[in-house]
Amino acid sequence: MTELFGIPIQALFGQLMLGLVNGSFYAMLSLGLAVIFGLLGVVNFAHGALYMLGAYVAWFSMDRWGISYWWALLLGPLVVGAVGALLERTLLKRLYKLDPLYGLLLTFGLALIIQGVFQQYYGSSGQDYSSPDALQGATNLGFMVLPNYRGWVIIASLVVCFGTWFLIERTQLGALLRAGTENPALVQAFGVNVPLMVTLTYAGGAALAGLAGVLAAPVIQVSPLMGSNLIIIVFAVVVIGGMGSILGSIITGLALGLIEGLTRVFYPEASGIVVFVIMAVVLMIRPAGLFGKEK
Amino acid sequence: MDRTGKLAWLVGLLLLIVAPFIGVYPIFLMTALCFAIFAMAFNLLLGYTGLLSFGHAAFFGGAAYVTGWLVHSQHWTPELGLIAGTLAAGAAGLVIGLIAIRRQGIYFAMVTLALAQLLAFGFEHATSITGGEDGIQGIQRGKLFGLVSLDSDLALYFFVLAVFVAVFLFVLRVVHSPYGQVLKAIRENEPRAISLGYNVDRYKLLAFVLSASIAGLGGGLKSLVLHLATLQDVRWEQSGEVILMTLLGGLGTFAGPVLGAFTVIGMQNFLSDRVGSWTGVIIGCIFVLCVVAFRKGFVGELLAWQKRRKAKGGKPS
Repeated sequence: MTELFGIPIQALFGQLMLGLVNGSFYAMLSLGLAVIFGLLGVVNFAHGALYMLGAYVAWFSMDRWGISYWWALLLGPLVVGAVGALLERTLLKRLYKLDPLYGLLLTFGLALIIQGVFQQYYGSSGQDYSSPDALQGATNLGFMVLPNYRGWVIIASLVVCFGTWFLIERTQLGALLRAGTENPALVQAFGVNVPLMVTLTYAGGAALAGLAGVLAAPVIQVSPLMGSNLIIIVFAVVVIGGMGSILGSIITGLALGLIEGLTRVFYPEASGIVVFVIMAVVLMIRPAGLFGKEK
Repeated sequence: MDRTGKLAWLVGLLLLIVAPFIGVYPIFLMTALCFAIFAMAFNLLLGYTGLLSFGHAAFFGGAAYVTGWLVHSQHWTPELGLIAGTLAAGAAGLVIGLIAIRRQGIYFAMVTLALAQLLAFGFEHATSITGGEDGIQGIQRGKLFGLVSLDSDLALYFFVLAVFVAVFLFVLRVVHSPYGQVLKAIRENEPRAISLGYNVDRYKLLAFVLSASIAGLGGGLKSLVLHLATLQDVRWEQSGEVILMTLLGGLGTFAGPVLGAFTVIGMQNFLSDRVGSWTGVIIGCIFVLCVVAFRKGFVGELLAWQKRRKAKGGKPS
């Protein structure tokens, strides 16, 4: 069998794989958004900018100091996480008692600043960042040829996503985090340093975005606009999935990536908008989102 | 509105009437007035109904395309082009509003952002009408009612000013009507408004459509003023800018959005000559500062100060 619905099977699986790669980024970013929103009540508009920052850390450290991809995988999340912690401590923490809309507006301003500064230095054009030697080439899986780096992105992000899920849902630390989401005052009364937990949560979400950025650097052009293009899609993903569930955001992210890939095969013109259309349909049928709870 | 308020508006209007004769560049004034209309529309939604739309640029820029295209390629008269642009924005507002009001708060903001992006995507790819990346350029202003040529900046200025005053009075009327009172009730306490028997969704939807239409009117005017309708007007950055104008001037006040629009447009003109592309970064910084430390905006702070002074003076000594 070399064709399915009149489409060469190689092309079909190729696009599905590409969709899964995109879906991995959606999943990692919407996961970070969900975790931050859960504890801080802030919709982090700067998430796209932080993702872009991660990619630039990888590119810059390679370009300037010859730091390899593998170290960048560590360095990127650390730098972006530190930036996140700084932003939370200096700016975001002033807004917790206010309407959550102000958090969205503040992070929107931050996104403008970060993106603007990078555009100032790098214009709007992209920088190439090559994948590490160990992951170059492709593997023939029989039904398709899989570029090694793409396979690695999918596996790595799945590990990271489910690792995060495990951390939050199955460990002592995660239990504290969930308790803090439900009732911060009570958790504080039990002697937990809630402000620190909040800072670390924001830093963690930011680090996830940074890691996604490093992972994305070799598959897309590293450019100042890469974050803002993505964040709006991720917002739609979050609306579709509902921010209430960690597992829900992972599954929604991956599924939408796949659907986008399929659309690219069967109706390429619509691939840029299919996520938004699905969002509209989901809102008509299930306003709270697929995994959300109506409050 | 109290007497000081009325007086302030009268002085403001007089200033606007004489401004082009005392050396203020009419194109600047017109651009600022168009954005003031846009910001008033946005304020009607966020300031008086409590709905944060992050997609208002779609209505503003979309109407700019509709008006620009009709006047430029179909040779419609400007007033008909503007009406068509306004109606088109209203229709888009009806569709987006119907979907978006199914969620509240930040979700509402995210949904409007995503749907506006959908429209922006459409404009980007409908190149035969919108010209894609180039936009519609060289739009002729034409003759108002087929009689008065708007080619002179001064003639167009007074037309824009007249539209602005009309929009202002309309918004004033809406906010002070019983309908406007219900909107404020929804902003303050939605469950309570529901329990009092109001069909909250319908009120919100009408507010959204009104706001989208007025935003469209501003956008249509802008396409005539600058002879231009581009993708920049429909992008999310533009939606952010109108939020900044409203917030900086004073959310939920009448003068706020107008002052905010003049401040932001003035600042952009001033900065782009001096620091070039750093302007976006500086606007972002002002945005952050405004949210962290200046949430009431110019007018809000002024009103708060007046109140404090009154409270002080009213105390028996």
